[in-house]
Amino acid sequence: MNAQLVRVDGVSKTFPGVRALSDVSLTLDAGEVHALVGENGAGKSTLMKILAGIHHQDEGTVAIDGRVVEIDSPTAAQDLGISIIHQELSLMPDLTIAENIFIGRERRRGFGLFVDDADLNRRARELFDHLGIALDPRAKVGSLLVAQQQVVEIAKALSFDARIIIMDEPTAALTESETHALFGLIGDLKRHGTGIIYISHRLEELAAVADRITVLRDGACVGTLAARDADLRQVVSMMVGRQLRGQTRPPSLPGDLPTVLEVRGLSTKSLLKDVSFSLRRGEILGFAGLMGAGRTEVARAICGADRTDGGEIFLSGRRVRVSSPADAARLGIGYLSEDRKRFGLMLDQDVAFNIVASDLRRHVNAAGLVRDDQVRQTARRYVETLSIRTPSIRQRTKHLSGGNQQKVVIAKWLARDCEVLIFDEPTRGIDVGAKEEIYSLLRTLADEGKAIIMISSELPEVLRMADRIAVMCEGRLTAVLDNADADQETIMTHATKLVPGGGVAA
Amino acid sequence: MRDVDATGPAPASEALTAPEHVRTTRVGVLRRQLQQFLAFASLIALILFFSIADDNFLTWSNITGILLSTAVIGILALGTTFVIVSGGIELSLGTGMTLAAVMTGVFLTNLGWPLLLGVVAGILSGAAMGLINGLNIAVLRIPPFIATLAMMLIAQGLALVISGTAPIYFTDVPGFTDISQGELIPGVDLPNAVLILFALTALGAIVLRKSLLGRYAFAIGSNEEAADISGIDVRRWKILIYTLSGVFMGIAGVVLAARLNSAQPALGLGYELQAIAAVVIGGTSLQGGKGSIVGTLIGALIVGTVTNGLRIMSIPQEWQTVIIGLVILVAVYTDNLRRGRDG
Repeated sequence: MNAQLVRVDGVSKTFPGVRALSDVSLTLDAGEVHALVGENGAGKSTLMKILAGIHHQDEGTVAIDGRVVEIDSPTAAQDLGISIIHQELSLMPDLTIAENIFIGRERRRGFGLFVDDADLNRRARELFDHLGIALDPRAKVGSLLVAQQQVVEIAKALSFDARIIIMDEPTAALTESETHALFGLIGDLKRHGTGIIYISHRLEELAAVADRITVLRDGACVGTLAARDADLRQVVSMMVGRQLRGQTRPPSLPGDLPTVLEVRGLSTKSLLKDVSFSLRRGEILGFAGLMGAGRTEVARAICGADRTDGGEIFLSGRRVRVSSPADAARLGIGYLSEDRKRFGLMLDQDVAFNIVASDLRRHVNAAGLVRDDQVRQTARRYVETLSIRTPSIRQRTKHLSGGNQQKVVIAKWLARDCEVLIFDEPTRGIDVGAKEEIYSLLRTLADEGKAIIMISSELPEVLRMADRIAVMCEGRLTAVLDNADADQETIMTHATKLVPGGGVAA
Repeated sequence: MRDVDATGPAPASEALTAPEHVRTTRVGVLRRQLQQFLAFASLIALILFFSIADDNFLTWSNITGILLSTAVIGILALGTTFVIVSGGIELSLGTGMTLAAVMTGVFLTNLGWPLLLGVVAGILSGAAMGLINGLNIAVLRIPPFIATLAMMLIAQGLALVISGTAPIYFTDVPGFTDISQGELIPGVDLPNAVLILFALTALGAIVLRKSLLGRYAFAIGSNEEAADISGIDVRRWKILIYTLSGVFMGIAGVVLAARLNSAQPALGLGYELQAIAAVVIGGTSLQGGKGSIVGTLIGALIVGTVTNGLRIMSIPQEWQTVIIGLVILVAVYTDNLRRGRDG
């Protein structure tokens, strides 16, 4: 039962500009669930990708069943019995469940030219029966709920006869009952001797599911402890690298700040219903709520990225029409997306290019040509004031760490002189140290008179940063709380229960 | 570089001198220069090879011949570089150029307009096609491949319909053939078509490198969604980019007509692929966000040199096409090798 499945020994990995892992060691026994925790950017996913054959370590060894192996491709990982269930689902929505599970491994007929669909569905059926899953293998994956897709992913991993399964935030999109079902499934797997590396941000669930917990911080192993007698506060302080102090709160703001942005009755066909609030100069307005509550949609509607079906926006008391991000930028509203790589950066372009992207018009001479000396000057100025750690302004942004990429995006909007800055999950994917810098940067910007909206899923972050907190639930604004009146429980109450009467005017 | 603690940001200057980073960047810059250099070196190697293989290759008349035959493809390739850098593609170049040539014939020969007016109108007809492409792509959101494929067919058909499937000659338009065949620089035996190619290269390089349109083409090609969120009016710039490509298409039509002293309505299909080949050989990425005008000129010269050199060596035309195809594969493959996993 307790045979050692995996032994990771002194593994290090460096990416351009970032030491992602340094001297990490870890073991996984048969029938064990080994939880891997750490802040974003601590190196969990890098370690996982090394085991999955997506990256290769620079130093150190990986042994499977006591034998040192080279996992140089995802296929090699599969052959060794390692399966990975990614946080972002990697299923093909237009194929059926059975097709997705057995993709690349279809049994053929008719001179090997045709896929034997009946066989495919039968095998999927058998697998589901074995696992106690009630899904029709012939259904298209695109028609499933996210949680069901997750189940398909797990079934797919098991269909490889995987003995080592890596689960990356498997419960992130699951409801409570689905989570219980998943834990039941994990219990079955353990009894069969499968080893599971379990990555999760939800520390509460570790006691229920994990045997051991290993904490990573800044690419290094901080320690491994038995889950049974682990104190969660201890785990958290190991993750962040310091004792959790009493929660700091922002000092209260003077009451007579002028209103910069006012939103009235904002609605969209798909989600938002009658969202109204105001934002004052020098203030950070936090937006809290569960995934899908509509916080990002509010931001995108304000900055003209999505069409609205109703509502008015006032800037300094003047009604404005924002029908495109170009309009918003002209009016001084900048939006920093939660998905930096998709909506924030031109990864193949250098730091200077990205910083002036929004403000290039002011860097041209009378002949309409870009003044590169000015571009460099602007870029250098922001690299310095925001302490963007980059070897030069010519460095391509894809080589920067998450925190520095975020700073480049911030610099882009500062260069544009935006009065209203909307930060959507500003610290997502950023390591702990850089998080602190982003926090102090946000506060400095507010103190300088910017009006800031900060959308965040991390309640401690909201409580620490926001002067007032707007809470959303199912497309409605259910509360706007002063920081002094807010705590995690109050926010969660408003985020989960739809208060009768809907929108609250702020 | 992750050892930043919560006590505060480290001074930027400290990190700016981190040796490992500096090395990364130097290599990056070097690579970018290498890209251009390699294309140029291949061109030189080709010229050396052909001049050794055949004595007639490195003669002034043959060199001007290469340049002259490169001019039309080159002009098309320059314009479409903007499109490809912005992540788009342009398939209506060849037949669009033909339609622009036919329209020039209509204006000058059939309608008897003055030379300058007719030429400008001919170029504008190319611009109009580019504008329509841009509108279809940016406003109606038709994928560039489809929108320009449709325009390719429309232009091909219209060129035949308008000309009545017969060539339109410019015999009655004095001075027209001088646009391509004349020699503006006294004493130097260099046809104007070549001068136009070089002038447009210089102009195009400045526009791509230094103008808002050029920068935004790179931005859109790198990440269209991020460009949009950054407040760049992506729609408008896309329309302008395709219109600019249309202008180049119109100029190519006039230059071709002036070289042949006629607008040949059946000629032109296939030019777009040679132009795209030149752009790709010149190091511009079909994924967008990367590319240069000088690279495109070198790419066009490589295509022209290979074609000419093979012809001089009496290699049949069928084989010339095969070899151009191989050149594209080699060029793009070496580009991948150079970029390694970095790309």
